Amino acid sequence: MTFDVIIAGFGGQGVLFAGQLLAHAALDAGLETTWYPSYGPEMRGGTANCTVVISDEPIGSPVTERPQAAIVMNLPSLVRYEPLVRPGGVLVVNTSLIDRAVERDDIDAIAIPADDVAAELGNPKLTNMVLLGALLARTSALTTAQVGATLERVLPARHHHLLGANHAALARGAELATEAAARDATPTA
Amino acid sequence: MSVLAPPEPALTPVYSYPDALTHVPTHYCPGCTHGIAHRLIAEVIDEMAAKERTIGVASVGCSVFAYRYFGVDFAQAAHGRAPAMATGVKRVRPEALVFTYQGDGDLASIGAAEILHAAVRGEQITVFFVNNAIYGMTGGQMAPTTLLGQTTTSSPAGRDRATMGTVLRMSELLAQVDGAAYVVRRSLHDVVQIKRAKKAIRRAFEVQEQGLGFAMVELLSSCPTNWGMTPEAALGYIRDEMVPAFPLGDFKVPETRAEAGA
Amino acid sequence: MARELLKGNVAFAEAAIRAGCEAYFGYPITPQTEALEHMAVRMPELGRTFVQAESEVAAINMVYGAAAAGVRTMTSSSSPGVSLMMEGLSYMAGSEVPAVVVDVMRGGPGLGNIAPAQSDYTQMVKGGGHGDYRQIVLAPASVQELIDHTVLAFDLADRYRIVSVVLADGSLGQMMEGAELPAMRPPRAADASPAWALSGAKGRDTNLISSIHLDPDEEERFNHHLQAKYAAIEAAEIRYEEHLLDDASIAVVAFGTAARLAKTAIAGERAAGVAVGLFRPITLWPFPTDALRDLSERVEAILVVEMNMGQMLEDVQRVVAERCPVGFFGRTGGVMPMPEEIAARIRALAVELGAAVSDAPEEVRT
Repeated sequence: MTFDVIIAGFGGQGVLFAGQLLAHAALDAGLETTWYPSYGPEMRGGTANCTVVISDEPIGSPVTERPQAAIVMNLPSLVRYEPLVRPGGVLVVNTSLIDRAVERDDIDAIAIPADDVAAELGNPKLTNMVLLGALLARTSALTTAQVGATLERVLPARHHHLLGANHAALARGAELATEAAARDATPTA
Repeated sequence: MSVLAPPEPALTPVYSYPDALTHVPTHYCPGCTHGIAHRLIAEVIDEMAAKERTIGVASVGCSVFAYRYFGVDFAQAAHGRAPAMATGVKRVRPEALVFTYQGDGDLASIGAAEILHAAVRGEQITVFFVNNAIYGMTGGQMAPTTLLGQTTTSSPAGRDRATMGTVLRMSELLAQVDGAAYVVRRSLHDVVQIKRAKKAIRRAFEVQEQGLGFAMVELLSSCPTNWGMTPEAALGYIRDEMVPAFPLGDFKVPETRAEAGA
Repeated sequence: MARELLKGNVAFAEAAIRAGCEAYFGYPITPQTEALEHMAVRMPELGRTFVQAESEVAAINMVYGAAAAGVRTMTSSSSPGVSLMMEGLSYMAGSEVPAVVVDVMRGGPGLGNIAPAQSDYTQMVKGGGHGDYRQIVLAPASVQELIDHTVLAFDLADRYRIVSVVLADGSLGQMMEGAELPAMRPPRAADASPAWALSGAKGRDTNLISSIHLDPDEEERFNHHLQAKYAAIEAAEIRYEEHLLDDASIAVVAFGTAARLAKTAIAGERAAGVAVGLFRPITLWPFPTDALRDLSERVEAILVVEMNMGQMLEDVQRVVAERCPVGFFGRTGGVMPMPEEIAARIRALAVELGAAVSDAPEEVRT
C-alpha cells in the first residue's frame, strides 16, 4: 500500500500542519511516511502546499506529479491540482472559498464548506481539520480515530484546550464526506 | 674554590633573548620594524608567563612567517581571515591567550569584514595591526592605508583621491564598535614610542585576560624596501608623514582600568 | 531511541550534537537555516559554541580555527554560501584539519533559487578550491541517512584528518520523515585533544597548523603525502547501494534525492516488466569506481539521473569508458526529475533495447 496526498491552500490555513499531523499518524501506525513542503518566500502569505506519502514499504519519491488525493483549500489550488489527481482518486474541495465546481468526472470530488463548518464549531482555524476528516473518510490509509489519537501527542500543550474542538472538526468533516458519498450513490431517477 | 680562580664578574643581565621568541633569524628586510613588534609581543608573553597557553594566528603578508619566530602554538590563516580563525580558536579554548598578527593589506583591505565583526562580537582576542601603509610581501602596492599622494607600484603617480579613495583609519573605525574594549595606535619609530607600544601590547593582552572584549594595538611601522628609503629615513617618514595621517593615541580604553594601565 | 518524524535540517543538526560536535559556525541561508536555528538553541544549552558568523567566508574560517584547536566542529550552508567557503576548504585540506560541512544544495548558478538541486557535485567532489585536494563526500537519500552520514562524517574526518561533506539538497533539508537519532556521545575530553592540535605548548614542542610550503619540492612532497592518504581512503571508505541489479539490463545511476526519485520510477517499470535497477553511489568521493565498472560489464545500458545537467555523468562516463551506452536525464535549476519522467526515460531505453514491456495501469504507484 502506498498513498499520497497533496494539501494546498493559502499560507496560514494550516496546510502544513494538516500534512504533518497525517505524517505523524502514519508513523504512529507503524507505517513509512514522508512530508514534503513547499518552502521559501511563497510561504509568507502566498500559497503553500505539502505532499504526504504513506506506505507500508520504504518510500522512494516524496513528491509526485499525479497524487492519489488532494485537499484544495482555495481556488488557485483547485486550478493547479484538479487536473493532476489520478483517475479514481479523491479531491477534497473547500467550497467556502471556492465557488467553481469540479470539472472532472473521473475522480471522487468531495465538496465541504469547511470554513463555514469550522465557524459553526466555534473556531475558524479548524478548517484544515474538517477537510482532513473528509479525506480520511474517503480514503483507506488511516482512520480519523488514528489521526485523532496522534493529535493528542503532537498538538503543543498550550493548545490542548482545543483538542475537543479538533476532534469534533475531524469527525464533522468525515461525517459530511460520508453523507456526500451516500448522496452521490443515490440514483436520482 | 681555587685561590687562582678569577673573580666572578658581578654582572646582571639587563637584556636577553625573550623566551617566547625562537632563535630563527627573521626574513624581514634590514630596517623593517616587524622585528621590533615581534620582540615586544614576546617580551610581554614572557612577563605574563603565558608562553605555554598562548596561541597566535598569523596572517598573509610580510608577517606570513611570524609563526617561525614565536615559540608558541600558531595557526596560519588565509589572507584577511585571522580574526575569524582566532574566533574559532578562542571560543573553544577560552583559557588560551589568543592573538592575531596582521598587516594593513590583510586587516584593512581583504579582511575588513572579519576584523570589524570580530570587534562587533567583542571577541576576547588581541589583535596586533602592523600598519606600514603598503603591501610589502607582494612588492609595494597600494594599501587602504597608503597616504594620499604616496607612490606605490600600483599607484605609480601617487595615490589619487578621485580614483583610489582616501586613507582608512582602522583604529578610529573600530573604536566606534561597542564590542571593542581597547583600541590604541602606537608607533615604532623611536625608543620612546617603542616603550609606549610595549605598554599598550601588555594592556591589550590584559584586556583579553580580564574578559573585557576585543583589543587591538595598531603599530605604525616602516617599510624601507618598498618605500625606497634608508632605514633611518623610513623612521623619519613614519614620524613626519604617517603620524599626522594616523594620529597616535587611545581611541577606546576600558572604563574600569586595571592597575597595570596603558 | 524511537523513530520520530524529523525534519532533515533539524535531524542533521541534532545528529551532529550527538556525535560530539562542540562548535558550530554558520550563516543563515535557505534551505538549511533550520539547522542553524537548532544549533542556536541547543549548543548554548549544552555549554558548547555557537556563532552566527558575518559571512560564510568567516564561518568556514572559524571552523578552521576550532578544528585547528582540536575540537569536533562543523558548519552547514547551501550552494551560494558553500561557494564562498571554497577558500577555507582548500586551506583546511592544506593543513589537514578535520571538520564537517553539510551542504543543503539549491538551484543555481548565481543566486539561483531555494529549490532542491544537486548543483554542487563538481565543487564539492572535484574540489572547488585551489590545489590537488579531496574531501570525503557522503550523499544521503533519506532523513535517516542524513543523520547517519553526519555522524559518520565526524568519525571519518577525525580518522583521516580531512574535511567530510554531507551533500544533501533542499528537499532532504525541508522534508520530514520517520528517523531515529543516535544516542548522545560525550564530547572529546579537553585533555584528549589530538597531539597535533593547538592547545598551548605546555610540556611539548610548539604545534603549527599551516598550509604554507614555500619550497616547491617540499610542497610537492606534502602533496604526495596527501595523495597517499587519499589512496588509503579510496581503499577503505567506498560506499554504494545496489538495488534490484541482479537481473537488470538497465541500471539507473543516481545519488541522493535523485536516487530515491528513481527508485519510485524503477518500481513502476519493474511492475511493467522492465529489468531495471539502481546503482547509488553513497560516497561521491571516494567514487565507487570498481563497482560501477563491474556493473557496466553486466548491464546493457546505464541511465544517469541527476538534479543538475550532468555533473556526476562525467565520472560515470569516465568509469564506464564506453563498455555500455550511458544516457542522461537531468532536471536543473531547482526542478526535481519526477518519477513519472524518469520512468518514461527508462521505458524509452527499454524499448530501444528491444524489451517487451506492458503498460502499467496509471493508478498503480508502488
